[in-house]
Amino acid sequence: MINFREVSETNKMIDQENLDVRTITMGISLLDCADADLDRLCSKIHDKIVQSARELVKTGEEISADFGIPIVNKRISVTPISLVAGAACRSTGDYVRIAKTLDEAAHEVHVNFLGGFSALVSKGMTPAEELLIRSIPEALSQTELVCASVCLGSTRTGINMDAVRLMGKIFKQTAELTKDKDSLGCAKLVVFCNAPDDNPFMAGAFHGVTEADRIINVGVSGPGVVKTALESIHGESFEVLCETVKKTAFKVTRVGMLVAQEASKRLHVPFGIVDLSLAPTPAIGDSVADILCEMGLEQAGAPGTTAALALLNDQVKKGGVMASSYVGGLSGAFIPVSEDQGMIRAAECGALTIEKLEAMTCVCSVGLDMIAIPGDTKETTISGIIADEMAIGMVNAKTTAVRVIPVIGKGVGDTVEFGGLLGYAPIMPVNRYDCSEFVSRKGRIPAPIHSFKN
Amino acid sequence: MKKAIITVVGKDTVGIIARICTYLAEHRINILDISQTIVDGYFNMMMVVDISALQEPFSTMSAELTRIGEQKIGVQIRCQKEEIFDSMHRI
Repeated sequence: MINFREVSETNKMIDQENLDVRTITMGISLLDCADADLDRLCSKIHDKIVQSARELVKTGEEISADFGIPIVNKRISVTPISLVAGAACRSTGDYVRIAKTLDEAAHEVHVNFLGGFSALVSKGMTPAEELLIRSIPEALSQTELVCASVCLGSTRTGINMDAVRLMGKIFKQTAELTKDKDSLGCAKLVVFCNAPDDNPFMAGAFHGVTEADRIINVGVSGPGVVKTALESIHGESFEVLCETVKKTAFKVTRVGMLVAQEASKRLHVPFGIVDLSLAPTPAIGDSVADILCEMGLEQAGAPGTTAALALLNDQVKKGGVMASSYVGGLSGAFIPVSEDQGMIRAAECGALTIEKLEAMTCVCSVGLDMIAIPGDTKETTISGIIADEMAIGMVNAKTTAVRVIPVIGKGVGDTVEFGGLLGYAPIMPVNRYDCSEFVSRKGRIPAPIHSFKN
Repeated sequence: MKKAIITVVGKDTVGIIARICTYLAEHRINILDISQTIVDGYFNMMMVVDISALQEPFSTMSAELTRIGEQKIGVQIRCQKEEIFDSMHRI
Protein backbone atom coordinates (compact mmCIF):
# COMPACT_ATOMS: atom_id res chain seq x y z
CA MET A 1 0.00 0.00 0.00
CA ILE A 2 1.05 3.59 -0.65
CA ASN A 3 2.89 5.06 2.30
CA PHE A 4 2.97 8.43 3.99
CA ARG A 5 6.31 9.47 2.52
CA GLU A 6 5.22 8.80 -1.05
CA VAL A 7 1.98 10.72 -0.64
CA SER A 8 3.82 13.68 0.87
CA GLU A 9 6.41 13.62 -1.91
CA THR A 10 3.74 13.78 -4.62
CA ASN A 11 1.79 16.52 -2.89
CA LYS A 12 4.94 18.54 -2.23
CA MET A 13 5.71 18.37 -5.95
CA ILE A 14 2.25 19.73 -6.70
CA ASP A 15 2.08 22.36 -3.94
CA GLN A 16 5.62 23.70 -3.83
CA GLU A 17 7.41 22.66 -7.00
CA ASN A 18 4.83 23.56 -9.64
CA LEU A 19 4.21 20.03 -10.86
CA ASP A 20 1.36 20.16 -13.33
CA VAL A 21 0.12 18.66 -16.52
CA ARG A 22 0.68 21.45 -19.00
CA THR A 23 -1.93 20.43 -21.51
CA ILE A 24 -4.43 17.89 -22.68
CA THR A 25 -4.57 18.43 -26.41
CA MET A 26 -7.26 16.83 -28.53
CA GLY A 27 -6.17 16.27 -32.11
CA ILE A 28 -9.08 16.46 -34.55
CA SER A 29 -8.84 15.51 -38.21
CA LEU A 30 -10.60 17.97 -40.49
CA LEU A 31 -9.83 16.03 -43.68
CA ASP A 32 -13.45 14.91 -43.92
CA CYS A 33 -14.60 18.55 -43.81
CA ALA A 34 -12.94 19.45 -47.12
CA ASP A 35 -15.37 21.21 -49.44
CA ALA A 36 -15.08 23.51 -52.44
CA ASP A 37 -17.72 25.85 -51.01
CA LEU A 38 -16.33 28.19 -48.34
CA ASP A 39 -19.59 28.55 -46.38
CA ARG A 40 -20.11 24.82 -46.21
CA LEU A 41 -16.45 24.26 -45.32
CA CYS A 42 -16.62 26.71 -42.42
CA SER A 43 -19.79 25.22 -41.02
CA LYS A 44 -18.40 21.67 -41.29
CA ILE A 45 -15.16 22.69 -39.54
CA HIS A 46 -17.07 24.47 -36.79
CA ASP A 47 -19.44 21.54 -36.22
CA LYS A 48 -16.72 18.90 -36.16
CA ILE A 49 -14.60 20.80 -33.63
CA VAL A 50 -17.51 21.64 -31.36
CA GLN A 51 -18.92 18.12 -31.46
CA SER A 52 -15.55 16.48 -30.85
CA ALA A 53 -14.31 18.75 -28.08
CA ARG A 54 -17.55 19.66 -26.28
CA GLU A 55 -16.59 17.66 -23.18
CA LEU A 56 -12.83 18.30 -23.30
CA VAL A 57 -12.57 21.14 -20.76
CA LYS A 58 -15.12 19.62 -18.37
CA THR A 59 -13.34 16.25 -18.47
CA GLY A 60 -9.97 17.93 -17.90
CA GLU A 61 -11.35 19.68 -14.83
CA GLU A 62 -12.83 16.45 -13.48
CA ILE A 63 -9.54 14.60 -13.85
CA SER A 64 -7.77 17.49 -12.19
CA ALA A 65 -10.15 17.30 -9.20
CA ASP A 66 -9.95 13.51 -8.94
CA PHE A 67 -6.19 13.36 -8.67
CA GLY A 68 -5.50 16.77 -7.19
CA ILE A 69 -3.14 17.67 -10.03
CA PRO A 70 -3.50 20.97 -11.92
CA ILE A 71 -4.12 20.60 -15.65
CA VAL A 72 -3.18 24.04 -16.88
CA ASN A 73 -4.41 24.08 -20.46
CA LYS A 74 -6.91 22.24 -22.60
CA ARG A 75 -6.20 22.66 -26.27
CA ILE A 76 -7.19 21.49 -29.72
CA SER A 77 -5.01 20.73 -32.71
CA VAL A 78 -6.48 20.29 -36.16
CA THR A 79 -5.32 19.08 -39.58
CA PRO A 80 -3.14 21.70 -41.27
CA ILE A 81 -5.73 24.04 -42.74
CA SER A 82 -3.94 24.34 -46.09
CA LEU A 83 -4.78 20.66 -46.73
CA VAL A 84 -8.45 21.13 -45.96
CA ALA A 85 -9.19 24.53 -47.44
CA GLY A 86 -7.22 24.46 -50.68
CA ALA A 87 -10.28 24.05 -52.89
CA ALA A 88 -12.43 26.65 -51.12
CA CYS A 89 -10.02 29.53 -50.58
CA ARG A 90 -9.33 31.94 -53.43
CA SER A 91 -7.85 34.78 -51.40
CA THR A 92 -6.10 35.51 -48.12
CA GLY A 93 -9.44 36.88 -46.90
CA ASP A 94 -10.99 33.43 -47.37
CA TYR A 95 -8.32 31.92 -45.13
CA VAL A 96 -8.85 34.64 -42.52
CA ARG A 97 -12.50 33.63 -42.47
CA ILE A 98 -11.49 30.06 -41.68
CA ALA A 99 -9.19 31.30 -38.92
CA LYS A 100 -12.15 33.18 -37.45
CA THR A 101 -14.28 30.04 -37.68
CA LEU A 102 -11.58 28.14 -35.76
CA ASP A 103 -11.43 30.93 -33.19
CA GLU A 104 -15.21 30.87 -32.69
CA ALA A 105 -15.23 27.10 -32.27
CA ALA A 106 -12.35 27.28 -29.79
CA HIS A 107 -14.20 29.91 -27.75
CA GLU A 108 -17.38 27.86 -27.85
CA VAL A 109 -15.71 24.83 -26.24
CA HIS A 110 -13.66 27.06 -23.87
CA VAL A 111 -10.22 25.71 -24.78
CA ASN A 112 -7.10 27.82 -24.19
CA PHE A 113 -5.63 27.52 -27.69
CA LEU A 114 -6.30 25.92 -31.05
CA GLY A 115 -3.38 25.03 -33.31
CA GLY A 116 -3.30 23.93 -36.92
CA PHE A 117 -3.59 27.10 -38.99
CA SER A 118 -0.64 25.53 -40.69
CA ALA A 119 1.10 24.66 -43.94
CA LEU A 120 3.68 21.93 -44.53
CA VAL A 121 5.96 23.26 -47.23
CA SER A 122 9.29 21.60 -46.50
CA LYS A 123 9.99 20.96 -50.20
CA GLY A 124 7.65 23.22 -52.12
CA MET A 125 4.55 25.38 -51.78
CA THR A 126 1.24 24.80 -53.54
CA PRO A 127 -0.71 27.98 -54.36
CA ALA A 128 -3.10 27.10 -51.50
CA GLU A 129 -0.24 26.82 -49.05
CA GLU A 130 1.34 30.06 -50.14
CA LEU A 131 -2.02 31.81 -49.81
CA LEU A 132 -2.45 30.44 -46.29
CA ILE A 133 1.02 31.66 -45.30
CA ARG A 134 0.29 35.11 -46.70
CA SER A 135 -2.94 35.24 -44.69
CA ILE A 136 -1.19 34.49 -41.35
CA PRO A 137 -0.56 38.12 -40.27
CA GLU A 138 -4.20 39.08 -40.68
CA ALA A 139 -5.47 35.78 -39.33
CA LEU A 140 -3.43 36.08 -36.13
CA SER A 141 -4.28 39.74 -35.61
CA GLN A 142 -8.02 39.11 -35.98
CA THR A 143 -8.25 36.01 -33.80
CA GLU A 144 -7.39 35.32 -30.20
CA LEU A 145 -6.90 31.59 -29.68
CA VAL A 146 -5.69 30.40 -33.09
CA CYS A 147 -2.03 29.44 -33.48
CA ALA A 148 -0.22 29.15 -36.80
CA SER A 149 2.78 27.05 -37.78
CA VAL A 150 4.70 26.41 -40.97
CA CYS A 151 7.07 23.51 -41.60
CA LEU A 152 9.89 24.83 -43.76
CA GLY A 153 12.25 21.89 -43.99
CA SER A 154 13.05 18.33 -43.02
CA THR A 155 15.99 15.96 -43.04
CA ARG A 156 14.43 14.06 -45.96
CA THR A 157 13.49 17.04 -48.11
CA GLY A 158 16.00 19.76 -47.35
CA ILE A 159 15.00 23.36 -46.66
CA ASN A 160 12.53 25.33 -48.74
CA MET A 161 14.39 28.64 -48.90
CA ASP A 162 11.60 30.36 -50.86
CA ALA A 163 9.33 29.72 -47.89
CA VAL A 164 12.07 30.75 -45.44
CA ARG A 165 12.37 34.07 -47.26
CA LEU A 166 8.59 34.53 -47.25
CA MET A 167 8.37 33.77 -43.52
CA GLY A 168 10.85 36.55 -42.70
CA LYS A 169 8.32 38.93 -44.24
CA ILE A 170 5.36 37.22 -42.51
CA PHE A 171 6.96 37.53 -39.06
CA LYS A 172 7.46 41.26 -39.66
CA GLN A 173 3.91 41.79 -40.98
CA THR A 174 2.41 39.86 -38.06
CA ALA A 175 4.42 41.99 -35.64
CA GLU A 176 3.29 45.15 -37.42
CA LEU A 177 -0.41 44.23 -37.36
CA THR A 178 -0.29 43.46 -33.63
CA LYS A 179 2.06 46.28 -32.64
CA ASP A 180 -0.49 47.79 -30.24
CA LYS A 181 -0.12 44.59 -28.17
CA ASP A 182 3.69 44.48 -28.27
CA SER A 183 3.60 42.37 -31.46
CA LEU A 184 1.90 39.54 -29.58
CA GLY A 185 0.75 37.93 -32.84
CA CYS A 186 4.26 36.52 -33.32
CA ALA A 187 3.95 34.57 -30.06
CA LYS A 188 1.26 32.52 -31.82
CA LEU A 189 3.41 31.79 -34.87
CA VAL A 190 6.20 29.24 -35.18
CA VAL A 191 8.21 27.72 -38.02
CA PHE A 192 9.60 24.20 -37.90
CA CYS A 193 12.10 21.83 -39.38
CA ASN A 194 11.05 18.17 -38.99
CA ALA A 195 7.70 19.13 -37.44
CA PRO A 196 6.16 16.28 -35.41
CA ASP A 197 2.58 15.21 -36.24
CA ASP A 198 1.52 14.75 -32.64
CA ASN A 199 2.93 17.72 -30.74
CA PRO A 200 0.52 18.88 -28.00
CA PHE A 201 2.38 22.15 -27.31
CA MET A 202 1.60 25.56 -28.78
CA ALA A 203 2.12 27.42 -30.97
CA GLY A 204 3.24 24.47 -33.09
CA ALA A 205 0.51 21.89 -32.48
CA PHE A 206 -1.26 20.47 -35.51
CA HIS A 207 -2.97 17.15 -36.16
CA GLY A 208 -0.83 15.39 -38.76
CA VAL A 209 -2.29 13.53 -41.72
CA THR A 210 -0.86 10.26 -40.41
CA GLU A 211 -3.07 10.51 -37.31
CA ALA A 212 -6.45 8.94 -36.50
CA ASP A 213 -9.73 10.87 -36.69
CA ARG A 214 -9.38 12.06 -33.11
CA ILE A 215 -6.63 11.56 -30.58
CA ILE A 216 -5.63 12.66 -27.07
CA ASN A 217 -2.05 13.86 -26.52
CA VAL A 218 -0.75 15.07 -23.20
CA GLY A 219 2.15 17.37 -22.42
CA VAL A 220 3.71 17.20 -18.97
CA SER A 221 5.72 19.85 -17.22
CA GLY A 222 7.76 20.01 -14.03
CA PRO A 223 11.12 21.84 -14.22
CA GLY A 224 10.65 22.85 -10.55
CA VAL A 225 10.44 19.20 -9.50
CA VAL A 226 13.74 18.39 -11.24
CA LYS A 227 15.41 21.44 -9.74
CA THR A 228 14.30 20.56 -6.21
CA ALA A 229 15.50 16.98 -6.64
CA LEU A 230 18.92 18.27 -7.73
CA GLU A 231 19.18 20.55 -4.69
CA SER A 232 19.54 17.46 -2.52
CA ILE A 233 22.54 16.10 -4.44
CA HIS A 234 24.68 19.22 -4.60
CA GLY A 235 28.29 18.46 -5.62
CA GLU A 236 27.67 14.77 -6.39
CA SER A 237 29.07 12.97 -9.49
CA PHE A 238 27.52 13.00 -12.96
CA GLU A 239 26.24 9.48 -12.39
CA VAL A 240 24.23 10.59 -9.36
CA LEU A 241 23.08 13.68 -11.24
CA CYS A 242 21.81 11.58 -14.17
CA GLU A 243 20.09 9.05 -11.92
CA THR A 244 18.26 11.81 -10.09
CA VAL A 245 17.02 13.53 -13.25
CA LYS A 246 15.94 10.19 -14.70
CA LYS A 247 13.97 9.11 -11.66
CA THR A 248 12.26 12.48 -11.41
CA ALA A 249 11.40 12.49 -15.11
CA PHE A 250 9.91 9.02 -14.66
CA LYS A 251 7.61 10.20 -11.89
CA VAL A 252 6.50 13.30 -13.75
CA THR A 253 5.80 11.36 -16.92
CA ARG A 254 3.78 8.73 -15.08
CA VAL A 255 1.41 11.44 -13.95
CA GLY A 256 1.10 12.57 -17.57
CA MET A 257 0.42 9.00 -18.62
CA LEU A 258 -2.28 8.58 -15.98
CA VAL A 259 -4.00 11.80 -17.07
CA ALA A 260 -3.74 10.79 -20.73
CA GLN A 261 -5.28 7.38 -20.11
CA GLU A 262 -8.08 8.82 -18.01
CA ALA A 263 -8.85 11.53 -20.58
CA SER A 264 -8.84 8.95 -23.35
CA LYS A 265 -11.21 6.66 -21.44
CA ARG A 266 -13.62 9.38 -20.37
CA LEU A 267 -13.76 11.13 -23.75
CA HIS A 268 -13.85 7.87 -25.75
CA VAL A 269 -10.98 9.12 -27.87
CA PRO A 270 -7.86 6.99 -28.40
CA PHE A 271 -4.69 7.93 -26.54
CA GLY A 272 -1.87 9.13 -28.77
CA ILE A 273 1.30 10.12 -26.97
CA VAL A 274 2.74 11.71 -23.86
CA ASP A 275 5.13 14.53 -24.62
CA LEU A 276 7.90 14.41 -22.03
CA SER A 277 8.89 18.01 -22.24
CA LEU A 278 10.13 20.08 -19.33
CA ALA A 279 8.05 23.14 -20.06
CA PRO A 280 8.84 26.19 -17.92
CA THR A 281 6.47 29.00 -16.94
CA PRO A 282 7.29 32.51 -15.76
CA ALA A 283 6.41 31.44 -12.18
CA ILE A 284 9.33 31.51 -9.74
CA GLY A 285 10.77 28.02 -9.38
CA ASP A 286 9.34 26.69 -12.64
CA SER A 287 12.43 27.30 -14.73
CA VAL A 288 14.68 25.13 -16.92
CA ALA A 289 17.48 27.71 -16.59
CA ASP A 290 17.34 27.24 -12.81
CA ILE A 291 18.02 23.52 -13.30
CA LEU A 292 21.14 24.40 -15.29
CA CYS A 293 22.22 26.75 -12.51
CA GLU A 294 21.56 24.05 -9.93
CA MET A 295 23.89 21.78 -11.93
CA GLY A 296 26.65 24.31 -11.30
CA LEU A 297 26.41 27.20 -13.74
CA GLU A 298 26.37 30.79 -12.53
CA GLN A 299 23.84 31.73 -15.21
CA ALA A 300 22.25 29.97 -18.18
CA GLY A 301 24.47 30.85 -21.12
CA ALA A 302 27.76 30.43 -19.24
CA PRO A 303 30.33 28.08 -20.80
CA GLY A 304 29.14 24.53 -20.06
CA THR A 305 25.48 25.41 -20.69
CA THR A 306 25.18 23.33 -23.85
CA ALA A 307 26.71 20.29 -22.15
CA ALA A 308 24.47 20.66 -19.11
CA LEU A 309 21.40 21.00 -21.30
CA ALA A 310 22.41 17.98 -23.41
CA LEU A 311 22.69 15.90 -20.27
CA LEU A 312 19.36 17.16 -18.93
CA ASN A 313 17.53 16.55 -22.18
CA ASP A 314 18.86 13.02 -22.54
CA GLN A 315 18.10 11.99 -18.97
CA VAL A 316 14.57 13.39 -19.20
CA LYS A 317 14.02 11.17 -22.23
CA LYS A 318 15.59 8.11 -20.61
CA GLY A 319 13.41 8.46 -17.52
CA GLY A 320 10.35 9.31 -19.56
CA VAL A 321 10.41 6.42 -22.01
CA MET A 322 10.36 4.00 -19.10
CA ALA A 323 7.19 5.65 -17.84
CA SER A 324 5.18 5.55 -21.06
CA SER A 325 5.36 3.26 -24.06
CA TYR A 326 4.07 5.96 -26.35
CA VAL A 327 6.12 9.09 -26.17
CA GLY A 328 6.18 11.62 -28.96
CA GLY A 329 5.74 15.26 -29.80
CA LEU A 330 8.78 17.32 -28.93
CA SER A 331 9.85 15.51 -25.75
CA GLY A 332 12.80 17.27 -24.15
CA ALA A 333 13.68 20.47 -22.36
CA PHE A 334 12.12 23.67 -23.68
CA ILE A 335 14.21 26.83 -23.57
CA PRO A 336 11.81 29.69 -24.25
CA VAL A 337 13.26 32.97 -23.06
CA SER A 338 10.20 34.98 -22.02
CA GLU A 339 8.47 32.03 -20.35
CA ASP A 340 11.34 31.17 -18.02
CA GLN A 341 12.39 33.35 -15.10
CA GLY A 342 15.99 32.06 -15.16
CA MET A 343 16.32 32.64 -18.92
CA ILE A 344 14.95 36.17 -18.56
CA ARG A 345 17.49 36.87 -15.81
CA ALA A 346 20.32 35.46 -17.95
CA ALA A 347 19.26 37.49 -20.99
CA GLU A 348 18.97 40.67 -18.90
CA CYS A 349 22.48 40.39 -17.46
CA GLY A 350 23.99 39.53 -20.84
CA ALA A 351 24.92 35.93 -20.02
CA LEU A 352 22.60 34.60 -22.69
CA THR A 353 22.78 35.64 -26.35
CA ILE A 354 20.87 34.48 -29.40
CA GLU A 355 24.04 32.75 -30.64
CA LYS A 356 24.31 30.75 -27.41
CA LEU A 357 20.62 29.90 -27.58
CA GLU A 358 21.21 28.64 -31.11
CA ALA A 359 23.95 26.33 -29.84
CA MET A 360 21.62 25.12 -27.09
CA THR A 361 18.95 24.21 -29.64
CA CYS A 362 21.35 21.64 -31.13
CA VAL A 363 20.95 19.47 -28.04
CA CYS A 364 17.41 20.06 -26.79
CA SER A 365 13.91 19.97 -28.14
CA VAL A 366 12.38 22.82 -30.09
CA GLY A 367 14.56 25.81 -30.85
CA LEU A 368 14.78 29.59 -30.67
CA ASP A 369 11.64 30.15 -28.67
CA MET A 370 9.91 33.30 -27.43
CA ILE A 371 12.83 35.58 -28.14
CA ALA A 372 12.04 39.28 -28.41
CA ILE A 373 14.23 41.08 -30.94
CA PRO A 374 14.34 44.74 -32.02
CA GLY A 375 11.36 45.82 -34.12
CA ASP A 376 13.61 47.23 -36.83
CA THR A 377 15.28 43.86 -37.50
CA LYS A 378 15.25 43.34 -41.28
CA GLU A 379 13.02 40.67 -42.87
CA THR A 380 16.06 39.10 -44.46
CA THR A 381 17.85 38.91 -41.11
CA ILE A 382 14.86 37.06 -39.62
CA SER A 383 14.98 34.73 -42.63
CA GLY A 384 18.69 34.20 -41.95
CA ILE A 385 17.98 33.30 -38.30
CA ILE A 386 15.27 30.89 -39.47
CA ALA A 387 17.58 29.32 -42.09
CA ASP A 388 20.29 28.68 -39.47
CA GLU A 389 17.85 26.99 -37.15
CA MET A 390 16.32 24.89 -39.97
CA ALA A 391 19.83 23.78 -40.96
CA ILE A 392 20.52 22.56 -37.42
CA GLY A 393 17.32 20.52 -37.49
CA MET A 394 17.91 19.16 -40.98
CA VAL A 395 21.49 18.04 -40.43
CA ASN A 396 20.90 16.59 -36.96
CA ALA A 397 17.60 14.88 -37.90
CA LYS A 398 15.78 16.59 -35.05
CA THR A 399 12.92 19.00 -34.65
CA THR A 400 13.92 22.64 -34.48
CA ALA A 401 11.75 25.72 -34.48
CA VAL A 402 11.83 29.48 -34.46
CA ARG A 403 9.41 31.72 -32.60
CA VAL A 404 10.95 35.19 -32.55
CA ILE A 405 9.04 38.39 -31.87
CA PRO A 406 10.29 41.52 -33.61
CA VAL A 407 8.68 44.02 -31.23
CA ILE A 408 7.70 47.03 -33.32
CA GLY A 409 8.77 50.30 -31.77
CA LYS A 410 11.15 48.73 -29.27
CA GLY A 411 14.88 48.12 -29.27
CA VAL A 412 17.68 46.67 -27.17
CA GLY A 413 17.33 47.86 -23.57
CA ASP A 414 13.51 47.76 -23.66
CA THR A 415 11.37 45.07 -22.09
CA VAL A 416 8.24 43.55 -23.53
CA GLU A 417 5.35 42.12 -21.51
CA PHE A 418 3.24 39.38 -23.10
CA GLY A 419 1.33 38.35 -19.97
CA GLY A 420 0.16 35.01 -18.61
CA LEU A 421 2.10 31.90 -19.55
CA LEU A 422 3.93 33.88 -22.25
CA GLY A 423 5.76 36.00 -19.66
CA TYR A 424 8.00 38.98 -20.39
CA ALA A 425 11.40 39.44 -21.99
CA PRO A 426 14.19 41.91 -22.57
CA ILE A 427 14.74 42.72 -26.25
CA MET A 428 17.85 40.78 -27.27
CA PRO A 429 20.42 42.17 -29.71
CA VAL A 430 20.65 40.57 -33.16
CA ASN A 431 23.87 40.29 -35.16
CA ARG A 432 23.78 43.43 -37.32
CA TYR A 433 25.64 42.09 -40.35
CA ASP A 434 23.68 41.47 -43.51
CA CYS A 435 22.61 38.14 -45.10
CA SER A 436 20.10 39.43 -47.66
CA GLU A 437 22.06 38.28 -50.68
CA PHE A 438 22.18 34.73 -49.33
CA VAL A 439 18.51 34.42 -48.41
CA SER A 440 17.42 36.09 -51.66
CA ARG A 441 18.64 33.12 -53.67
CA LYS A 442 15.73 31.13 -55.13
CA GLY A 443 14.98 27.46 -54.57
CA ARG A 444 15.86 25.09 -51.78
CA ILE A 445 18.80 23.72 -49.83
CA PRO A 446 19.10 20.04 -50.72
CA ALA A 447 18.72 17.27 -48.15
CA PRO A 448 21.97 16.24 -46.44
CA ILE A 449 23.85 13.15 -47.60
CA HIS A 450 22.97 11.11 -44.52
CA SER A 451 19.25 11.40 -45.27
CA PHE A 452 19.59 8.83 -48.07
CA LYS A 453 18.97 5.75 -46.05
CA ASN A 454 16.99 3.69 -48.57
CA MET B 1 -12.53 -1.55 -4.43
CA LYS B 2 -11.99 2.10 -5.33
CA LYS B 3 -9.48 3.78 -3.08
CA ALA B 4 -8.69 7.39 -2.33
CA ILE B 5 -6.11 9.07 -0.14
CA ILE B 6 -7.10 11.83 2.25
CA THR B 7 -4.33 14.04 3.58
CA VAL B 8 -4.71 16.57 6.36
CA VAL B 9 -2.12 19.19 7.22
CA GLY B 10 -2.45 22.03 9.72
CA LYS B 11 -2.21 23.23 13.28
CA ASP B 12 -3.16 20.54 15.79
CA THR B 13 -6.49 21.02 17.52
CA VAL B 14 -9.23 19.01 19.26
CA GLY B 15 -11.50 16.91 17.06
CA ILE B 16 -9.78 16.90 13.66
CA ILE B 17 -10.12 13.16 13.16
CA ALA B 18 -13.58 13.12 14.75
CA ARG B 19 -15.00 15.68 12.33
CA ILE B 20 -13.49 14.04 9.29
CA CYS B 21 -14.57 10.57 10.33
CA THR B 22 -18.12 11.76 10.97
CA TYR B 23 -18.28 13.13 7.46
CA LEU B 24 -16.85 9.92 6.02
CA ALA B 25 -19.33 7.75 7.93
CA GLU B 26 -22.27 9.88 6.76
CA HIS B 27 -21.13 9.37 3.17
CA ARG B 28 -20.51 5.62 3.43
CA ILE B 29 -16.76 5.96 3.03
CA ASN B 30 -14.88 3.18 4.79
CA ILE B 31 -11.50 3.88 6.38
CA LEU B 32 -8.85 1.28 5.52
CA ASP B 33 -5.78 2.79 7.12
CA ILE B 34 -4.80 5.85 9.12
CA SER B 35 -1.34 7.16 9.89
CA GLN B 36 -0.63 10.36 11.74
CA THR B 37 2.26 12.39 13.13
CA ILE B 38 2.61 15.70 14.91
CA VAL B 39 5.72 17.71 14.14
CA ASP B 40 6.27 21.05 15.96
CA GLY B 41 2.57 21.33 16.75
CA TYR B 42 1.63 20.63 13.15
CA PHE B 43 -0.78 17.82 12.47
CA ASN B 44 -0.07 15.52 9.52
CA MET B 45 -2.47 12.74 8.68
CA MET B 46 -2.96 10.35 5.82
CA MET B 47 -6.00 8.10 5.43
CA VAL B 48 -6.58 5.40 2.88
CA VAL B 49 -10.32 5.08 2.30
CA ASP B 50 -12.66 2.95 0.22
CA ILE B 51 -15.02 5.08 -1.88
CA SER B 52 -16.86 2.25 -3.68
CA ALA B 53 -20.12 2.99 -1.84
CA LEU B 54 -19.93 6.78 -2.26
CA GLN B 55 -23.16 8.11 -3.80
CA GLU B 56 -22.20 11.66 -4.85
CA PRO B 57 -19.63 12.56 -7.48
CA PHE B 58 -16.05 12.31 -6.20
CA SER B 59 -15.34 16.00 -6.88
CA THR B 60 -18.31 17.07 -4.70
CA MET B 61 -17.09 14.98 -1.79
CA SER B 62 -13.52 16.18 -2.08
CA ALA B 63 -14.60 19.83 -2.33
CA GLU B 64 -16.82 19.42 0.76
CA LEU B 65 -13.97 17.92 2.76
CA THR B 66 -11.69 20.78 1.74
CA ARG B 67 -14.39 23.27 2.81
CA ILE B 68 -14.89 21.55 6.19
CA GLY B 69 -11.13 21.70 6.69
CA GLU B 70 -10.91 25.39 5.87
CA GLN B 71 -14.04 26.69 7.55
CA LYS B 72 -14.68 24.39 10.51
CA ILE B 73 -11.33 22.99 11.59
CA GLY B 74 -8.72 25.34 10.16
CA VAL B 75 -6.65 22.67 8.40
CA GLN B 76 -5.96 21.80 4.79
CA ILE B 77 -7.75 18.65 3.68
CA ARG B 78 -7.14 17.10 0.31
CA CYS B 79 -8.71 14.00 -1.19
CA GLN B 80 -7.20 12.36 -4.26
CA LYS B 81 -7.86 9.10 -6.06
CA GLU B 82 -5.16 6.57 -5.30
CA GLU B 83 -4.00 6.09 -8.90
CA ILE B 84 -1.87 9.24 -8.99
CA PHE B 85 0.34 7.87 -6.19
CA ASP B 86 0.39 4.38 -7.65
CA SER B 87 1.44 5.69 -11.05
CA MET B 88 4.18 7.82 -9.64
CA HIS B 89 5.68 5.46 -7.09
CA ARG B 90 5.02 1.93 -8.40
CA ILE B 91 6.39 0.33 -11.55
